[in-house]
Amino acid sequence: MKLQLSPEDAAFREEMHAFFTTQIPQDIRETVAARRELSKEQIVRSMQAMNAAGIAVPNWPVEWGGKDWTPLQRHIWHEEMQLAGVVPPLAFNASMVGPVIAAFGSQEIKERFLPKTANLDIWWAQGFSEPDAGSDLASLRTTAVKEGDEYVVNGQKTWTTLGQHGDWIFTLVRTDPTVKKQAGISFLLIDMTSPGLTVRPIELIDGSHEVNEVFFDNVRVPVSNLVGEENKGWDYAKFLLGNERVGVAPVGSTKRTLAQAKEYARTAGPGGTSLLEDPLVAAEIAELENDLLALELTALRVVANSADGKPHPASSVLKLQGTVLQQAVTELWVDLAGPNALATGAGEGSDVPDLARTTTPNYLNYRKASIYGGSNEVQRQIIAGTILGLRG
Amino acid sequence: MDFTLDSEQTALRDAVRGLLGKAYDSSETRRQVTKTDPGWDEKTWQRLAEMGALGLPFAEEDGGFGAGPVEVAIVAEEIGRVIAPEPYVEAVVLAGGLVAAAGTAEQRAEILGALAEGTLVPAFAHTEPASRYSETPTVTATTSGGAWTLTGVKEPVLGGGRADLLIVSALVEGGTGLFLVQPDAAGLTRTSYSTFDGGRAARVALDATPATPLGAPGADQSAVIATAIAGAQIAYGHESLGAMAFALETTTEYLKSRKQFGVPLMTFQALTFRAADMYVSLELARSTVTWATLVQLDGDPADLHEAASRAKLQVSKAGRHIGQEAIQLHGGIGMTAEYSVGHYTSRLTAIDHALGDGRHHLTALSRTIDGHTIVDPLP
Repeated sequence: MKLQLSPEDAAFREEMHAFFTTQIPQDIRETVAARRELSKEQIVRSMQAMNAAGIAVPNWPVEWGGKDWTPLQRHIWHEEMQLAGVVPPLAFNASMVGPVIAAFGSQEIKERFLPKTANLDIWWAQGFSEPDAGSDLASLRTTAVKEGDEYVVNGQKTWTTLGQHGDWIFTLVRTDPTVKKQAGISFLLIDMTSPGLTVRPIELIDGSHEVNEVFFDNVRVPVSNLVGEENKGWDYAKFLLGNERVGVAPVGSTKRTLAQAKEYARTAGPGGTSLLEDPLVAAEIAELENDLLALELTALRVVANSADGKPHPASSVLKLQGTVLQQAVTELWVDLAGPNALATGAGEGSDVPDLARTTTPNYLNYRKASIYGGSNEVQRQIIAGTILGLRG
Repeated sequence: MDFTLDSEQTALRDAVRGLLGKAYDSSETRRQVTKTDPGWDEKTWQRLAEMGALGLPFAEEDGGFGAGPVEVAIVAEEIGRVIAPEPYVEAVVLAGGLVAAAGTAEQRAEILGALAEGTLVPAFAHTEPASRYSETPTVTATTSGGAWTLTGVKEPVLGGGRADLLIVSALVEGGTGLFLVQPDAAGLTRTSYSTFDGGRAARVALDATPATPLGAPGADQSAVIATAIAGAQIAYGHESLGAMAFALETTTEYLKSRKQFGVPLMTFQALTFRAADMYVSLELARSTVTWATLVQLDGDPADLHEAASRAKLQVSKAGRHIGQEAIQLHGGIGMTAEYSVGHYTSRLTAIDHALGDGRHHLTALSRTIDGHTIVDPLP
């Protein structure tokens, strides 16, 4: 047992810290620090800065721009990025469709998509969930019927995050309705400018436009856009969702947000006094810090001990507890803002601090965290079934 | 960074697990042992001594084996798995830790050598009826012509009735001193009683009782006491991890085997989700306790107390959660003295309230939040 990082890993951490705090454009980190939404253009510039340095897609195969990093190094990369207030590479590109194409796509499809995916020249949207297929994804109903060298796609996807920016969408579609539901699904890439494809925004409880519905009305897709084999899409999706859970505990960003909340609290009391003098506020912050420490250490245990390729059993704890704490900190922010939390619509000339105005939309927005990527109930099901062997 | 045991440590774990598994093959065996004084088994203690477990943390020149906190953690966790009533943390880690840190070379060799051999079981008499978790005693030490006497009451003193040697904290000029009190000392009255977890505690009354200073006469040993307590808090964390792991395993097995309404209990998601949450609590506590052990092993000594507080807080939360749910998920059988899990909940409760409960440590930590931006576990 040993506490210290190896000299190589410590140097790596320094290198990442230096990169993220100096090489990502200042305006992007400032927007994150102000807890404001990033524009599409900022997200693109951020990922391109990382890609130029060769560290946008470290989880990919080396020949496609990946890095031969250990799980611990990948964890350090991810943590230092979040601590520095840098938005991670677009997950749809870097963690989802990229690895699937790299693992299962033909050479032609890899060459066609991977470099542009790594550089965010293509903005990918995710077309998995449907109105009647949420956590039970395999029951999806969007169909793709082969006609000559094209698929004709009909149906509806939903919860398509940032789909309004999307150039392409990777979808799960039903190509064989006659077999067991998991066995008739294919993984199809669709150009979002195709005729018959429409995107409709879904307004969320915080007033934001973040997710969309995507409709497919006789959309014609070349069969060359199929990834891997027809009807093997469920396997690819499971591979993708497995990747989605890795690094899904947002430890670094939650730590940063909590530190920022603490700083805010210093002058948020009546007449500019410190709320940190309030024992209940202090205790809540201390407990959150301790819970975050336990989460971070669990993440470190998982990555430090998963060198043999098998995921550590404790990894399922990360998504569950990670989102619980992420949400708890957004809740703390609203409490610290107090009545100023109501001033969400205040504009120029308002005396309410900018940071207070965004607290409630953030709080409401992050209720999503325990729902997406396998809801926390799904995570409990996995822990109970896979780890504890409790199978109903 | 490495959170894994090496092969020697794994061998130690297996050996201790083998020994204790045999000594406490069922919770009924433990129940019988705890019924009669001193509440633990002298033979098992002797076997632990023969294995070398009792001398692990002490230097070789003091009669120990020069091992470290990881080895102590391994033994403590195995103690917790069977909730062995032997006073490993209390006598070896805490009382022994005080002697190792404060004792003269002569005192160390004499006391720690005998402790490692299993022939002397010391107890730390520190807590007082009105002290809560305060570090400052009201028992007073006075000196006259180089001879010291102590006056006041210590209670509850864990293992204080059976102890072959009491290490007593007392007020001296300029701080808190440590003193050795022999069991047959004049003016010493020990009244032993049972604690709810099957253990023993005592009221220790001192009335101008002759005592020998541990280490330099009259010296303030507050820092030594705080460090020994931090070590014991971390070791208690490991004892709790062993107990929580067993409680969860037992609960899981019960959900698989027990049938109601014609189906196994694990058919009911209301129950399995709660078991999943118990697992989450256990793993989070394991992470923090293991980290605190590594801080003790090779971190900055200045970070030790905070790390121990962090571990104790996490274990307090996890212990209450797992202990309560283990009984609830069993139903009525979990309430009975014949069945195991209730005793685990009992022991977890006892550990929680020794050396500062979760609320105490949360209060302490909440006073430090202004001193750092973030908590970084890496040195």
